[in-house]
Amino acid sequence: MSAKTRVNLARRSFLKAGVGAGAGLTLGVILPPLAAAQDAAPGLPGSGALVAGRFEPNAFVTIAPDNTVTVISKHLEMGQGVYTGLATLVAEELDADWDQVAVSAAPADASRYNNLFWGPMQGTGGSTAIANSFMQMREAGAAARQMLIAAAAERWSVAAGEITVESGVVRHASSGRSASFGELAEAAARQPVPSAVTVKDPADFRLIGKRVPRKDGSGKIDGSAVFTQDVQLDGMLTSLVAHPPRFGARVNKVDSAAARAVPGVVAVHQIPSGVAVVARDFWSASRGRDALQIDWDESGAVTASSATLMASYRERAQSAGLVARSEGAVDTALEKAANRLDASYEFPYLAHAAMEPMNCVIRLDEQGCEVWNGEQLHTGDQMALAGFLGITPQQVRVNTLFAGGSFGRRANPQSDYLLEAAAIAKAGGGKAPVKLVWTREDDMRAGWFRPMYFHSLRAGLDAQGRPVAWRHRIVGQSIGAGTAFESAMVRDGVDSTSVEGASNLPYAIPNVSVELHTTEVGVPVQWWRAVGSTHTAFAVECFIDELAHAAGRDPVEYRLELLGEHPRHSAVLQLAADRAGWGKPLAEGKARGVALHESFNTRVAQVAELSRMPNGGFQIDRVVIAVDCGIAINPDVIRAQMEGGMGYGLSATLESEITIENGAVVEGNFDGYRVLRIGQMPKVEVHIVKSAEPPTGVGEPATPVIAPAVANALFALDGKRARRLPLGVNS
Amino acid sequence: MIGFEINGSAIELDVDPDMPLLWAIRDAAGLTGTKYGCGAALCGACTVHVDGRAVRSCLLPVSSVAGKSVTTIEGVSGGTAAAVKQAWLELEVVQCGYCQSGQIMSAVELLERNPSPDDAQIDSAMRGNICRCATYARIRDAIRLASRSLSGRSEA
Repeated sequence: MSAKTRVNLARRSFLKAGVGAGAGLTLGVILPPLAAAQDAAPGLPGSGALVAGRFEPNAFVTIAPDNTVTVISKHLEMGQGVYTGLATLVAEELDADWDQVAVSAAPADASRYNNLFWGPMQGTGGSTAIANSFMQMREAGAAARQMLIAAAAERWSVAAGEITVESGVVRHASSGRSASFGELAEAAARQPVPSAVTVKDPADFRLIGKRVPRKDGSGKIDGSAVFTQDVQLDGMLTSLVAHPPRFGARVNKVDSAAARAVPGVVAVHQIPSGVAVVARDFWSASRGRDALQIDWDESGAVTASSATLMASYRERAQSAGLVARSEGAVDTALEKAANRLDASYEFPYLAHAAMEPMNCVIRLDEQGCEVWNGEQLHTGDQMALAGFLGITPQQVRVNTLFAGGSFGRRANPQSDYLLEAAAIAKAGGGKAPVKLVWTREDDMRAGWFRPMYFHSLRAGLDAQGRPVAWRHRIVGQSIGAGTAFESAMVRDGVDSTSVEGASNLPYAIPNVSVELHTTEVGVPVQWWRAVGSTHTAFAVECFIDELAHAAGRDPVEYRLELLGEHPRHSAVLQLAADRAGWGKPLAEGKARGVALHESFNTRVAQVAELSRMPNGGFQIDRVVIAVDCGIAINPDVIRAQMEGGMGYGLSATLESEITIENGAVVEGNFDGYRVLRIGQMPKVEVHIVKSAEPPTGVGEPATPVIAPAVANALFALDGKRARRLPLGVNS
Repeated sequence: MIGFEINGSAIELDVDPDMPLLWAIRDAAGLTGTKYGCGAALCGACTVHVDGRAVRSCLLPVSSVAGKSVTTIEGVSGGTAAAVKQAWLELEVVQCGYCQSGQIMSAVELLERNPSPDDAQIDSAMRGNICRCATYARIRDAIRLASRSLSGRSEA
């Protein structure tokens, strides 16, 4: 693995240099081959199995004699549209016909399929899928195209330069000859792999920037798309686990006689995370689990409760924290300021609550183990399973299936549910494949929440209302501490994901201090769609709105004046404001609010328009979104991610909240943990800034912007400032 | 043995009569298009039709459908279903797709009862179906589009 990793790491810096370069650029390429030393499961792409006549120019594309082009996705499709995006990049440079392109999931193999932004790790997250793949997939397509042309030139005895490719047809115009990709596949496979390729001038793009049908659309409307939940293997058993009622509790003793007596139950195993019931099907396992008598040892259980935790966080914020950013002399500037403002903001724990609760299938065999999973963190999960099972990471073969949402949850830093399934399979002697199924309650109470946070802000304004000092204190748990990601995420005690969105405050203020208090609670926490920005954007954008109001200024103009060094921020803000009709009068009982935020190198501005309802509550009528994500590969996928990302954030804006009481999670299902329903979804308009910059992420950046936009609109509506999320539907 | 019709074919299942219809469909009949989401009739991912009415199959005991006709996403057909699926594709509704079987089954039943629902009627009929990807705006648009195509009106 290490030799190939070095190649890829070298490529990464090369790509960074080349990514912004212009037209028709010729690039040196080293694309990994399709076949790898450690083969994937037979039948999967990457198995290295020779298929007669199939053209496999590199690890990312194969062309079959039947004319099918298969793009191999190193990234998990969890709804964000990455299959469509990666296929677009390959098909663009290959000049394939969109209808001949299929997509399949890559095996777990970081030597070929690593995320180029993550070094030697394969995985999907941080809205990096398209950004890290942009040149790699284009080069893969261009290399394949070049080999098809070489094969045609040889066959027709003509110069390669006279051959053109369009919509899957290779053509020599002057002799009138043409061939499909499938007809040339076998001959193309015999051509030397190019060491340099030429990618298109953006002016020649035919698919990038256009609307193309999603590659995962049709299977998801007829029930044929296969999620982990749907995997059926010969002899497979289903397992449910009884988990401790409180974080940190353990099994003391278990009486499983009644559970074993339930028809269909095959075995009961005590495992590190609880008690597993293994049965022929879900219902038997569920009835068996209900019949367990478990005595829990709660002596080491977490005793924290949300309310008392928040009170202690508020106390912590009274003192200075570790420095995440420091410029100028904040204390002095605050003292001298003509006007001072204070505000604090509270954020609850949040569950990801993907529609498909966590699950996976594991089979132990002579070669090691095989996994079926909506796999988001291939390399980390391979290492964790290998460590647990006493095998090598390469012996963990992964079949990546569609994930029914994730929002970060399936990239668990401790591989939690995979290790649980492995423990069950191992306890059963590895005799049968095991499907671990979590119920909604298991999923919601397992933790790995977006952490609870408290923010305290203080600003000083000069006599003209301009901000001269900004002090931002954040209190909450670290996501990275204690994980394999700690060294990358935590510097000098400051977890970058606790302060991102605050430490990179874009507004020009001469004296800035951003500080962090990291707490230890015992409730497991994890990245949740847009991570730190889910709370920092609210604090920053609500507070800057307060400053604008205190200065007697329009919130859009006030922001624009402070964004001099950030023209891309200014442009999205201006675009959203223009399209929303910012400043134009609204009917009585209606108001607008605005927010702007950059996350994952993508700038998003949103304007929310609210109406006061007769019952005293409010309704969100319309949201206008502007986004700058560089080159728009698939504009309709970008629009979908802006709509859906905003809607995901709206759940947390209005209603979603996980409450801890004495170390236990109160909410268990969608009655307690309320999420957005169709009647609450506003009309949405999305406007994409035209750009020639390299593409940046779109899966997460819309999520954090809606809460401050709505809160600022509420203030405009009734003059009250929201200080905590969720706002409540009838606030 | 519990006998009923599934997607037009007779089936007899030797299962616990209390087994929810969802698990009879998925684990016993082997049709996995119908999804488990909450087990409490709160999310709608498990929506199927029983004698043409949309029901949540995750709580309904399989014994209660004896002698009845069950339709799942794999079998839903006819003009309304075709119009709904076509609209879903045309407007690119799906993201992760896990809830969409249930969304489509609810939408088909709505349009079969009421071919021209207004927005409030759409919201009311679909409020039992959660989509965490929040594809709701496109679901609403797709139901309107399917409604228009069924009534033969232009798609203006």
